[in-house]
Amino acid sequence: MDVVLWGVIPYLVLATFVGGLIWRYRYDQFGWTTRSSQLYESALLRIASPLFHFGILVVVIGHVIGLLVPEAWTDAIGVSESEYHAMALSLGTIAGLATLVGVVMLIYRRRKTGPVFMATTKNDKTMYVVLVAAIVAGLVTTVVSVFDTNVTDYRHTVSPWFRSLFVLQPDVDAMAAASTSFHVHTLVGLALFAIWPFTRLVHAFTAPVHYLFRPYIVYRSRDDVSATRAPRPGWEPVGTPDRDR
Amino acid sequence: MKVMAQVAMVMNLDKCIGCHTCSVTCKQAWTNRSGVEYVWFNNVETRPGQGYPRRYEDQERWRGGWVRNRRGRLSLRTGGRARRLFTIFASPVQPELSDYYEPWTYDYENLTRAPLGDDFPVARPKSLITGKDMAITWSANWDDNLGGGPESVLQDPMVEKVRRESEDKIRFDLERTFMFYLPRICEHCLNPSCMASCPSGAIYKRSEDGIVLVDQDRCRGWRQCITGCPYKKMYFNHKSGKAEKCTFCYPRVEVGIPTVCAETCVGRLRYIGVFLYDADRVTEAASVEDEQQLYQAQLDLMLDADDPQVRAQARADGIPEDWIEGASRSPVYALAKRYKVALPLHPEYRTMPMVWYVPPLSPIVDLLADQGHDAEDERTLFGAIEALRIPVEYLAELFTAGDTDVITGVLRKLAAMRSYMRGINLGKVPDGTIPASVDMSEEDMYEMYRLMAIAKYDERYVIPTAHAEQAHDLEELGCSLDFEEGPGMYESGAVGEASGRPVPMAVENFHALRQRQGTDTVAAPDPSSSGQVNLLNWDGRGAPQGMFPPPATDREDVP
Repeated sequence: MDVVLWGVIPYLVLATFVGGLIWRYRYDQFGWTTRSSQLYESALLRIASPLFHFGILVVVIGHVIGLLVPEAWTDAIGVSESEYHAMALSLGTIAGLATLVGVVMLIYRRRKTGPVFMATTKNDKTMYVVLVAAIVAGLVTTVVSVFDTNVTDYRHTVSPWFRSLFVLQPDVDAMAAASTSFHVHTLVGLALFAIWPFTRLVHAFTAPVHYLFRPYIVYRSRDDVSATRAPRPGWEPVGTPDRDR
Repeated sequence: MKVMAQVAMVMNLDKCIGCHTCSVTCKQAWTNRSGVEYVWFNNVETRPGQGYPRRYEDQERWRGGWVRNRRGRLSLRTGGRARRLFTIFASPVQPELSDYYEPWTYDYENLTRAPLGDDFPVARPKSLITGKDMAITWSANWDDNLGGGPESVLQDPMVEKVRRESEDKIRFDLERTFMFYLPRICEHCLNPSCMASCPSGAIYKRSEDGIVLVDQDRCRGWRQCITGCPYKKMYFNHKSGKAEKCTFCYPRVEVGIPTVCAETCVGRLRYIGVFLYDADRVTEAASVEDEQQLYQAQLDLMLDADDPQVRAQARADGIPEDWIEGASRSPVYALAKRYKVALPLHPEYRTMPMVWYVPPLSPIVDLLADQGHDAEDERTLFGAIEALRIPVEYLAELFTAGDTDVITGVLRKLAAMRSYMRGINLGKVPDGTIPASVDMSEEDMYEMYRLMAIAKYDERYVIPTAHAEQAHDLEELGCSLDFEEGPGMYESGAVGEASGRPVPMAVENFHALRQRQGTDTVAAPDPSSSGQVNLLNWDGRGAPQGMFPPPATDREDVP
């Protein structure tokens, strides 16, 4: 059972996630959008959306540090165990709560604003269930680990397992030893990554960082079809002098 | 110097009768789809008036366009790049649907299907957004013909500005009010702020003809362009989640025919032609310190295609020979630069707009005629232009960043032309002093009159075609027609209603044209295209089948 949960499913999810993203990027550029509903309602969105997005950005950074940085490294730079956990817990709780409040406000807005609700697809509803479940499970994990002294330290269980996945030597025993709250949060998280490429969440992967570096004015030639896609088989252009000029 | 070509438009506002034909045909051709019900790529506003969307010219509120910062460089009014990315999760100053209007239809079916009863059945307005009953309180054209009266007119940001700046408090009582119509499309600017705002880099200017388009595949729906455009001519398709805009009917322009709005214009007030301009100096021109010098700076960018040096440089920069010839015969160049009667709309936004307007003399002529004066006499007209400050100041706020001298100069030219030509029409000896009084020769004045009054189709629209050698490239880069309910969409994709690959418009046009070659009717609708009429292939003769609903006798549902 543990082998299936922590040795097989993660790889299936990873394959779905990466394969799905590549497939969607290649075949559904047109559907790749934030699907903003700000046109319908702006007052609530203006508070809730930044709250949620900035919150989740901090949460993501926290996860990256917690999962990828081994304890030996933080020890090496002189950060003690208690300092590390105090900071992780306080920052994590604040960011997690901001995310939760944000997403609850967004869902309230989505349900109560007529046009926004009408623009909500089944796909969106499924995604919201999984997303909220992942956030709540994560917050519960944090809270439980504060009050329950029996809870295992994720830096000795979840993190080694997570890192071991990427060297194709999944440390199933480490993960199996983690507390139930971590198991639940991890499984919900895996579910979120599995559906990610097929929902509106894909917009996170085209975060416009290159805006900081590109020129303001963009010229593009009518010839420049290759900018968006490769020519279809059998339609490669002929090298006419006019093209080459 | 780097010479580039720009397809541009001039509209002669004196001829606009406010019939909205351009808006309706444009809507039929481009925005009769779900998701863009509220969108008018072309709209006609009554000025003074609030415009569409409401008070869009109030940049203190909407924060569109460029500003010149203390170091003399241009920056977007909403701030630098980092600041824009910081506010990406909720665009702080994006207009809501209520600032445009909530689109609606009527429940016409109720008129024929209502059961027998004591009450007369009515067609109730139904929201196209929620499908529910709604009260209509605003539209794209609510204050048409000064509807709404002084209260509405006083909401015009330009009226507010004129009132603020004038010493004597102007009372906008209706008897003394003037009005004219302002048709607006995307300005296809040389220095577009929508493009600069786009985080994805999806908006681009075509290097061949300067048309500004949105790559529908690259747009991610960040909505920054809607704020960035000071003319609010960027729209958000709430179904597809992508930005859309006026395309300058590029599939038509590529084959040398004018845009739908120009083609169907009843007053024949639109002119389309080519400018050659110096692309290297655009930023410099847009950064001029004095706002009132921006018009002149923009004019200086436009190059004379008859100048041998310009021609040589244009050839060196790869402009095809027929485009250079087209620029030399260009009606827009003649009106904007040779006669200097066409002005850009709101040059103070620093975007270098490429749709130019001949300001209307008619408010002044109408006022004079109403008071019993001879509105064709140049002395009366000249005097009136000087005396009637309100229309002049208002026009100056629209077209010259408040410089009334330029407006007065243009209106004097129009007045002189009117008076000079009346003399000729009455069989008098042409009075050479009239053109001389506005620094024009008699020949120039006559040529200007010809272009403005009687120019035929091929003189009003001088549009060099896209090159045949490039024909295989006409399959467009990204087309705002191609999605759900759009004529270009075959079917929904795998990931929801707005996904999947669009069908290039070239394919749709190919089928429409082939069908037309084989039938007697004009532009008969393709039975598979849910009865939509493709106006792109309509040559203007006859009424294509399907454009109007069938007469009642042909319908089965009417007893």
